[in-house]
Amino acid sequence: MEILRFENITKRYGDNTVLDNVTLSIGAGEVFSLLGPSGCGKTTLLRICGGFERPDSGRVILDGVDITDLPPNRREVRTVFQNYALFPHMSVWENVAFGLKTAGMDAKRIAEAVPRYLDLVQLAGFEDRKPGQLSGGQRQRVAIARALINRPKVLLLDEPLAALDLKLRQRMLIELDALHDDVGITFLFVTHDQQEAMSISDHIAVLRGGHVEQIGTPPELYEAPKTSFVAAFIGDTNFFPGTVRRVEGDYCDLEIEDFPTLRLYNDKKIREGGSVHISIRPEKFMISLDKPGNIKPNTNLLQGKVEDVVYLGAHTRYWVRVNDWRVAVVKQHYGYALDERRITWGDDVWLRFEADNAYMLDRYAEADENLLLLPDTEEEAPTPPDASEAATASTAEGATASTVSGTTP
Amino acid sequence: MRNYTHRSRFPFVMTMLTLVFLYTPLIVVAVASFNASKYGGAWTGFSLKWYERLFQDNAIWDALVNTLVIALIATFFATLLGTLAALALHRSKHKLKGIYSALVYTPLVVPDILQGIGLLLLFEIVLSTFGEWMRRTFGIEMGLGMTTIVIAHITFCLSYVTMVVLGRLQEFDRSVIEAAQDLGASGLYTFFRVTLPIISPGIIAGALFSFTLSIDDFVITFFVKGAGDTTLPIYIQSAMRRGTPAVINALSVIFLLMTFVLVFVTQRLLTDKKGLKK
Repeated sequence: MEILRFENITKRYGDNTVLDNVTLSIGAGEVFSLLGPSGCGKTTLLRICGGFERPDSGRVILDGVDITDLPPNRREVRTVFQNYALFPHMSVWENVAFGLKTAGMDAKRIAEAVPRYLDLVQLAGFEDRKPGQLSGGQRQRVAIARALINRPKVLLLDEPLAALDLKLRQRMLIELDALHDDVGITFLFVTHDQQEAMSISDHIAVLRGGHVEQIGTPPELYEAPKTSFVAAFIGDTNFFPGTVRRVEGDYCDLEIEDFPTLRLYNDKKIREGGSVHISIRPEKFMISLDKPGNIKPNTNLLQGKVEDVVYLGAHTRYWVRVNDWRVAVVKQHYGYALDERRITWGDDVWLRFEADNAYMLDRYAEADENLLLLPDTEEEAPTPPDASEAATASTAEGATASTVSGTTP
Repeated sequence: MRNYTHRSRFPFVMTMLTLVFLYTPLIVVAVASFNASKYGGAWTGFSLKWYERLFQDNAIWDALVNTLVIALIATFFATLLGTLAALALHRSKHKLKGIYSALVYTPLVVPDILQGIGLLLLFEIVLSTFGEWMRRTFGIEMGLGMTTIVIAHITFCLSYVTMVVLGRLQEFDRSVIEAAQDLGASGLYTFFRVTLPIISPGIIAGALFSFTLSIDDFVITFFVKGAGDTTLPIYIQSAMRRGTPAVINALSVIFLLMTFVLVFVTQRLLTDKKGLKK
């Protein structure tokens, strides 16, 4: 069931179009994220929902009622502001009770409700503190309790974790998720952090430049990105442009310039001779020092040389040179990594991946390559022992990097 | 090797010299007020007789009452108008906002004597235009006096209040107001329950500032006071010219103490950062 709908929302500041005909439908009880880089319009959309901005055109429908022209204090939505915006002159108790007082609730019922919500956010015992005496995480909990106490139809969260440090951010994310399960209120969550959005959301709308790039569940966005922007903004990936050759049933061969021809699942039913860009996630490649045996049909096997290694504990990222292309690869350490023969810089390796594990993009823009997680070869090149050699080596490598730039020849 | 932990004495010495420079005249007055000698100069013994004399002098008490009445009325109106001006300037998105702010601030730097002459001319024009008419139609006598002094004091206090309150507003996190509206508060409720409490230290500081400035003002009051009513600073000045310095010394000390208390309270309020964004 739908609780909130944005219909053809357009918002301009002068000549700058912040939101361009955005239409979204948010289901009751879900966590819906607006994800995008700064300037994509996600906060403006949230503020339009809260009533702090007016759209130039379009409607906001809350639970079947058009609320576009209502002032903020008459909308059944509540906002958790990025900086929490607690009332500094009021105690925690007064902050949380504020929404009930404005709703005209009598003192007895307020006195019953406030402790319940303080319990919910684990702040029992902090009633008399002023916001200035609380830590960042505690302040956020006050902001959440204050917003939830009116039982709004939708809770709007504007980058609520951005002001917290990493560990606290992860913990609050889990708590928010648990809280959402407890209260069953729809959350509209604005963030620029794809991991935050991925881990908490039922659905995500990826926004860019004022329009919706793609809407989907987190796995849909990750595994089946429609555009190169979504593919590169959420996680890391490899892009390859190619021409379809030899269509065989559901599969086809993709001819890539200066790269081995790949066998792929022809998801978009492209005819022979058609061209397409594909995205292959780094973890879809299996990396090994020995040539893998027992190759099933529709499996691609590539040979390359390791150029960069980033060890991250649970997994290792490799960048492997295959002909003129750099391929990002992730190896998960299933076994005890110290016992394994380490794959390291300069090793000749085999890459294997199944035809089903690539995805064909609807739209591709070369600029999106800049979003990929790529170590800058110019700066991060290992220093050779001879200093004079280093200068030439780094320029040479810099030149290669700029032409190769990941996956574009 | 040079010892980098050694701390220079220079800042300390300079601070001390500055304090001596600032406070010696005040200390001299305070000491002289306890001097039995009538004309200061040589110390002839400790005495409280000037204070005694002071409390018996009716003219001084009239002047003091005038000063306080003027200060209270001027402070009230200056605080009210100044706060409203600050709120309006803060909220304004008008393209001339900068000019408006500058116009409100300018009286702070315009020499008092110019303001005094300006106000006097204005009052003279108004009185000569409407004075006769007012007297005949309503039977109200208009002339230079308490009213003109109060109006003059409101004008210069207004700038201070606006400046102090605007400063507080500019440090104030606007999203708090949005939060109040988001939580269902109307505009008036938000103003009285959120905005006003947060800016109130600024308003009180502005009021105390106004009060201090008003009881202290000599130049502008001198121009607009007319013949009759007199304020304490004016009285002191004329008493000095008549040559009764000893009583005046005692009066100055009491006056000084009053000012100190007010300035101290104002400072405390202005440094109260509670409720402001970091």
